Amino acid sequence: MQDIIQGKAYVLGDNIDTDQIIPAKHLVYSLSDPEERKLYGKYAMSGVPDAAAGLPQGNVRFVPENDHRSPFQIIIGGKNFGCGSSREHAPEAMQIAGIQAVAAESYARIFYRNSVDGGFFIPFETTQRLIGEVKTGDDLEINVPKGTLTNRTSGKTYSLRPLGDVLEIIKAGGVFAYARQAGFLKS
Amino acid sequence: MGMTMTEKVLARHAGRTRVAPGDNIWVDVDILMTHDVCGPGTIGIFRKQFGPTARVWDREKVVIIPDHYIFTNDQHAHRNIDVLRTFVKEQDLPYYYDVGTDKYKGVCHIALPEEGHTRPGEVLFGTDSHTCTAGAFGEFATGIGNTDAALIMGIGKLWVKVPETMRFEFEGPLPPYLMAKDLILHIIGDIGMDGATYRAMEFAGDGVMSLSIEERMTLCNMVIEAGGKNGIIPTDAVTEAFVKSKTAKPYQPVADDRDARFHSVRRYKTADIQPTVAKPHSPDNRGTARECTGTRLDRAYIGSCTGGKLNDFIAAAKILKGHQVKADTYIVPATTEVAKGLATTRLDGQTLIEIFQQAGAKISQGASCAACLGGPSDTFGRLNKSEVCISTTNRNFPGRMGSKTAQVYLASPYTVAASAIRGEITDPREFL
Ligand code: SF4
Repeated sequence: MQDIIQGKAYVLGDNIDTDQIIPAKHLVYSLSDPEERKLYGKYAMSGVPDAAAGLPQGNVRFVPENDHRSPFQIIIGGKNFGCGSSREHAPEAMQIAGIQAVAAESYARIFYRNSVDGGFFIPFETTQRLIGEVKTGDDLEINVPKGTLTNRTSGKTYSLRPLGDVLEIIKAGGVFAYARQAGFLKS
Repeated sequence: MGMTMTEKVLARHAGRTRVAPGDNIWVDVDILMTHDVCGPGTIGIFRKQFGPTARVWDREKVVIIPDHYIFTNDQHAHRNIDVLRTFVKEQDLPYYYDVGTDKYKGVCHIALPEEGHTRPGEVLFGTDSHTCTAGAFGEFATGIGNTDAALIMGIGKLWVKVPETMRFEFEGPLPPYLMAKDLILHIIGDIGMDGATYRAMEFAGDGVMSLSIEERMTLCNMVIEAGGKNGIIPTDAVTEAFVKSKTAKPYQPVADDRDARFHSVRRYKTADIQPTVAKPHSPDNRGTARECTGTRLDRAYIGSCTGGKLNDFIAAAKILKGHQVKADTYIVPATTEVAKGLATTRLDGQTLIEIFQQAGAKISQGASCAACLGGPSDTFGRLNKSEVCISTTNRNFPGRMGSKTAQVYLASPYTVAASAIRGEITDPREFL
């Protein structure tokens, strides 16, 4: 687990569901094929309505055309991030696009669990609403041991909620490593 | 202090005498279900983590039901079915419902009970968020991702945080114009899309216990739209009669302890509830059919694990009989068994199919998820432009049924059928 996560912010709204994160028609690509899986990065966030893509102004592409990596590394979300379908393709598509952390007010639980168990990135919960405080493109730094998020563009620092129960799984690197530690799996 | 049904099922599967909300436990899994969208990813992780020659933990407990992208020319989608086929053969799995064979079923959440895989008191995980539907059978059932599913495939266990239980009681049988869909849309409107996040939603009261098993499934199906971990309904004679007609496997039902502790209890009188819709673009954007009267519609859609069961089509047919639809109307049976029912069930001498045909509806040749989740561009019923649709499905997020400029209203089969006839949102009482 990294102590410091740095990157540019991509700001989204409330109730971002997994159909917006990766629309259903793209769920047909192979995740095992190293080339084909890049398509998930290419289409990550392509279901977000244009006006809500990259707040506050909107109309900001998450991934440039003909690319599968995003220029943004940290997503700022509102309430109930990742609701809807249980597709693990959603956090995985975000990881393939280069996302290293999400900081949202709250999460839908299957998405939260998939992010942690699959070891894709850390889903942080914020203690206040950061939409409006952070703009798409701002430079962010998350200090994991301190539990803070700093907007280096504005100079303001915000606290994050403790990771709690899932910290052990995150530290282990995902649910398989965690199950090994619990003795359910041979190493 | 006593335990709720959900707590009891989880305690038993963790080998404990009791658990409390917030406990992190490992539970033994009775059934793991996967389908064509998440199966290939799950299988990939299983092979990577356990090795190319690894065997599943129990071949009797893995159920694979292709249902999402079936009737399409998309080559990637076909390849995914091939991945399932190869795996099933390799592992010699008995419960696989292959496309293009007599065993093919259709939508997994409806196929599971039809094939006897849902039993009271058990633990069911599935790689689909609507796995919660099976809570109608008095079991703990919830959706998971590919990684968790791959772990279960190998070891038959998964960690769970015991959820608190919210209880919803309905008093009085349903008035003739209401369906379970109205009740659940009403609840979601009350508590919001994250109102039950990581909690169990238990449905009870004589209003709920008077529902058929299919209607109970509709209630549990949409708990995920309120963020719920699982839905659950007490086991009674209706449950037992259904389950025993499908399987001879033994099971042990659970019931709430008298001193069980709930996160909250909400009580409703069914007579106070109106035919309800969820307006675009979220399932908690509640309105009544009456309030929305006059909203122009391009399309009506009847199908999915929420509203594509035989009782849903019987309800729609009652209203459509003898009328012509003004909105383009799509009929998609959830499973092949439901499709057979359309051809054999009669209302006043006419089969449901005849009623739908005479009304001018388009009937899908195959049972599957179809346009409920949009799917590949050639999917039956998909919204490919900025159409306005009323649907018996469960989600109306932007782009859910195809184009992100389309607008979807969710409603009961009664309301959808009534609205199809007028070409605008209509309270079903106008036709009942
Ligand atoms: S019918 Fe719709 S909601 Fe149900 S499993 Fe299929 S895609 Fe999901």
